[in-house]
Amino acid sequence: MKKTLFDKIWDAHVVESIPNGPDILYIDKHLIHEVTSPQAFNELKEREIPVFRPDKIVATADHNTPTENQHLPVKDLLSRKQLKELSQNCEENNITLYGLGHPYNGIVHVMAPELGITQPGMTIVCGDSHTSTHGAFGTIAFGIGTSQVSQVFASQCLLVEKPKKLRVNVNGKLKKGVLPKDVILYIISQIGTNAGTGYFCEYAGNVFEEMSMEGRMTVCNMSIEMGARGGLIAPDETTFEYVKGKEFAPKGDEFDKQVAYWKTLKTDADAEFDKEFNFDAEDIEPMITYGTNPGMGIKITGAIPLEGGKSDAKALAYMGFKPGESLLNKPINWIFIGSCTNSRIEDFREAAKYIKGRQKAENVNALIVPGSRQVASQIKSEGLDKIFEDAGFKLRQPGCSACLAMNDDKIPEGEYCVSTSNRNFEGRQGQGSRTILASPLTAAATAVAGKLVDFTQNLN
Amino acid sequence: MEKFITLKDTVVPLDSENVDTDQIIPARFLKATDKAGFGDNLFRDWRYNKDGSENKDFVLNDPTYSGSILVAGNNFGCGSSREHAAWAIKGFGFKAVISSYFADIFKGNALNNGVLPVQVSPEFLQKIFVAVTKDPSEKIKIDLENQEVELTGSGEKEHFDIDPYKKTCLMNGYDDIDFLVSKLDVIRKFEKKHSGKDKKLEKTY
Repeated sequence: MKKTLFDKIWDAHVVESIPNGPDILYIDKHLIHEVTSPQAFNELKEREIPVFRPDKIVATADHNTPTENQHLPVKDLLSRKQLKELSQNCEENNITLYGLGHPYNGIVHVMAPELGITQPGMTIVCGDSHTSTHGAFGTIAFGIGTSQVSQVFASQCLLVEKPKKLRVNVNGKLKKGVLPKDVILYIISQIGTNAGTGYFCEYAGNVFEEMSMEGRMTVCNMSIEMGARGGLIAPDETTFEYVKGKEFAPKGDEFDKQVAYWKTLKTDADAEFDKEFNFDAEDIEPMITYGTNPGMGIKITGAIPLEGGKSDAKALAYMGFKPGESLLNKPINWIFIGSCTNSRIEDFREAAKYIKGRQKAENVNALIVPGSRQVASQIKSEGLDKIFEDAGFKLRQPGCSACLAMNDDKIPEGEYCVSTSNRNFEGRQGQGSRTILASPLTAAATAVAGKLVDFTQNLN
Repeated sequence: MEKFITLKDTVVPLDSENVDTDQIIPARFLKATDKAGFGDNLFRDWRYNKDGSENKDFVLNDPTYSGSILVAGNNFGCGSSREHAAWAIKGFGFKAVISSYFADIFKGNALNNGVLPVQVSPEFLQKIFVAVTKDPSEKIKIDLENQEVELTGSGEKEHFDIDPYKKTCLMNGYDDIDFLVSKLDVIRKFEKKHSGKDKKLEKTY
């Protein structure tokens, strides 16, 4: 039988199939963080069940960590307690933790790939819906709830029904100024926020083949925003080149052996999908969202659709926008470049390239937050920090930050923020905040102009 | 986990689509390290005004409606994987949620906490909204064994799907951990086969 990339990885990890029920799926790597793990550790403790495979778990602190003065004790007492519990739980259970201040610390979906923890063909889970990010390497990676975190602790396995298969093909040549973020925002705007529910999505076509690993991670990251459990892209030379030499990647002969296996990880010709969409790269332009879910997206030069349902009216009222309105020249007081979607080195290079020689508009407050300490040092070694500084921006320390506003990085009520994160839900970036999702380039251009502009005219 | 067999109760109609887990429980309440107390902050920013007073327009504050069944619009529970959303719904007192579509992770989280997600057709969902708006004392009956949901006033019924394994768990109050721990020997055998012979699973970390 012809198999898809997804089938190949899934089938290789099925320990047992329950008749008329789910599969017992083996998990190669379990990533954990401070917010969704404490109750899972408690559950195990109460039931006196040991952690089965501590060596397959990696922990980081990212969700509620401050992005300033990370060398000082965390001010927020509840956050401090949660971080302390993570440290204690990891210590008691022999789990490797890259906590605040560690050179490997960072957002879980940024630090694991850059350390080579994420490798093709794996199954990876984490108590975080954006675990889909790791699919960029040709892995089955998906977010789980805390009960499932405890299941993986107890057995290194999960009981899961095999999802259906979806493929999204994008072919053609991307226009100038269109980044991977625009590609995924475009796809979601076309197919909607629940088109992927019950599915795992493979991205195929020359647009993804030509994309960097950073770009592929941005795309796979937002698979969950169209409802898909995860998204994945077949590994290729770009993938192998990225993994090669990373701290925890296989080395020497072992690496070559793995590459030989990784090369088999692609969808067979004629393999069947349950659903398929095709898009032309030429139709994609820099995108922004205007509503309160990621599917409510338009091109930056476009207008808000006139016709919408009851929920759309509620969303527009929240955002302070009107049907038919263009958002060009809309004053914007905040920008956020960061989050597990767009906080990798390439994102800061894109932003810096535009910002170089320009100045931040006075009305704009900017939060520029690298995804990890490694990204932060790379920004420095490439001199990008100087470009940001000269333009009037201040770089923060790594973490999830204003993507979900669990720490102090919040957008004030009623203010607009052009954000490179993944969710524009009501209050996501702070109570009453209004989020406009966009690419790092759009965010940079907005910061310079102080308003939404068609920046493609300014590109060289 | 508590057993779920049948439930017959009045409902709270939340006629909104794409209700995301950030609305069910905002991120600023995720700092707790146990499962208790989330019900107090269920739909926090919809339930309360900025000054902390109750938002009288929100259905949870409307004394007309009460009951242990929440009925909501399409694509309920999308967004973040936070199980805190399921804990908040359970903590508030809901035992079942009816919608025409549930996001995957939320659905799993609800099931793992004994809260039954009942997926009905958009037409039947509309019938429920109409019936309870007309008569808030209308009771809905959910029969898990026969997988049926019924408007008791008119007697109209609809079948709903549920994974047979999950159904058994709910009806008996089992959870997945017990089951998986009983399988550790099989899991160990699987590990040997895969990390040894064909090197299909990494083992470098």
